Amino acid sequence: MMQWETVIGLEVHVQLSTRSKIFSGASTAFGAEPNSQACAVDLGLPGVLPVLNEAAVAMAVKFGLGINAEIPEVSVFDRKNYFYPDLPKGYQTSQMYHPIVGPGEVEIALEDGSTKRIRVHHAHLEEDAGKSLHEDFHGMTGIDLNRAGTPLLEIVSEPDMRSAKEAVAYLKAIHSIVTYLGISDGNMAEGSMRCDANVSVRPKGQQEFGTRTEIKNVNSFRFVERAIVFEAERQIELIEDGGKVVQETRLYDPDRDETRSMRTKEQANDYRYFPCPDLLPVVLDQAYVDHLRSSLPELPAEKRARFQDELGLSAYDAGVLSSSRAMAEYFEAVKEVCGDAKQAANWVQGELSGALNRENLTIDQSPVTSTQLGELIVRVMDDTISGKAAKEVFAALWNGEDDSADAIIDARGLKQVTDTGAIEAMIDQVIADSPVQVAQYRDAEPEKRGKMIGYFVGQVMKASRGTANPQQVNALLRQKLDNL
Amino acid sequence: MSLEHADVQRAAHLARLALDNDEAARYVDDLGRILEMVDQLQAVDTEGVAPLAHPLDTTQRLRADEVTETDQRDRFQRCAPAVANGLYLVPRVVE
Repeated sequence: MMQWETVIGLEVHVQLSTRSKIFSGASTAFGAEPNSQACAVDLGLPGVLPVLNEAAVAMAVKFGLGINAEIPEVSVFDRKNYFYPDLPKGYQTSQMYHPIVGPGEVEIALEDGSTKRIRVHHAHLEEDAGKSLHEDFHGMTGIDLNRAGTPLLEIVSEPDMRSAKEAVAYLKAIHSIVTYLGISDGNMAEGSMRCDANVSVRPKGQQEFGTRTEIKNVNSFRFVERAIVFEAERQIELIEDGGKVVQETRLYDPDRDETRSMRTKEQANDYRYFPCPDLLPVVLDQAYVDHLRSSLPELPAEKRARFQDELGLSAYDAGVLSSSRAMAEYFEAVKEVCGDAKQAANWVQGELSGALNRENLTIDQSPVTSTQLGELIVRVMDDTISGKAAKEVFAALWNGEDDSADAIIDARGLKQVTDTGAIEAMIDQVIADSPVQVAQYRDAEPEKRGKMIGYFVGQVMKASRGTANPQQVNALLRQKLDNL
Repeated sequence: MSLEHADVQRAAHLARLALDNDEAARYVDDLGRILEMVDQLQAVDTEGVAPLAHPLDTTQRLRADEVTETDQRDRFQRCAPAVANGLYLVPRVVE
């Protein structure tokens, strides 16, 4: 059996979260009435001129700085010419030859805890097209141009990924970088992140790449993985049966879990790129770039490293807790309040994540605030409440019964009894009430006593209605029983 | 660089222009002469000269990210040949 290797490169389109469009002052808000946010510039009416949005430039540069890319001093907009009804100008304004972001790299975390660097070839600014609605309007197609002119950053990777899992990890890394930077909402369901995958296969060990196909418009992490797995298998089967891979564009159909050739009667695309005469070269001076650099937040890869090195978290914990900015900020706030990173990590990933998943909420929608959770952990750590009681307090906080752990502990009487005198009194009572068990205990071999003590611990805990500290009960019981 | 009849028809197709054979022949001639002039330019030694993206020696002005446009859909759609439910209607596009 021949060993095959999959080679993948991704082109990720990220919708930048500007308020207005890249070349016009029309709103980019999602979900507006059709064509209510398409102005004369977006419609390509005669005589209009584009003016570049500063925020789109700043966001692109921030992304570049976030992946340690070169930021060229000059970038240029080009026209990509083609005809389609949702592109009223007859060309898409894009950057072909002098993109705003040069070569950089993204670190991805693999399942085994190791990391790998994926090179980014470049990233360029461009405008989105409108939307075609193919429902039947008396045999015609409906066009909504609200999306036309929305700023996109297209991030083009080198073919550095070797499995569908690596491609997903890369896409997730891009997603967390853009959301950390606050340059995109990263909402894949609303199309804020879309991805084309270039896939080829080659015998393991071979240097040259095989012929690649491009899978268009894959819009979720899960579909990216499935589309690539399917496509790689299709190509391997084809070659093993003596066939040849044809370079073409394919579409992934999630319902049938397969990729299909997009048959085009058209001759090969010829976009006739040329510099856009309506837009001047964009020149970024060093002071501007430095200013943006100084505004960058700590990015996921740095956070992951810091969580491991400084806070002593495992690679897995550090990866999960740094995966989104909201998650990382929540975790760090909890840690700040309770003063213990490991405890904070356990609670955020355990009880809290469980509850969030159950109710399908994201962490910024959590009904329990980071301060509330931190204060609850403090009460576990200072032995005010038992671990079991803590879960009860968490559930009460979640349901909004009261606004602090302490209030709930008081209201429900969950405070552990740590007063030795009170516990001893309960123990004496239990011993007095259990003559048979006491006799058995006394007659048992010392090594069997460990198991038998469980009965007494249970009785004392019951007598205290769960508020006694189990370790303390255990120690005091041993002392008493062994000295009877 | 010489231009063939097929080149002209291909460029016309990309520009969605219908040309009959006589017109195409005329364009082979006209466009051919433009290309001859380009050939002349190509002959100039440009070693070490940076490509020019724009004839104006100035740089792009940027605008602040503010919504300045209001909804003028009704006005824009008055000159559209067909609209429905706020959409512009075009001959059916088959993927």
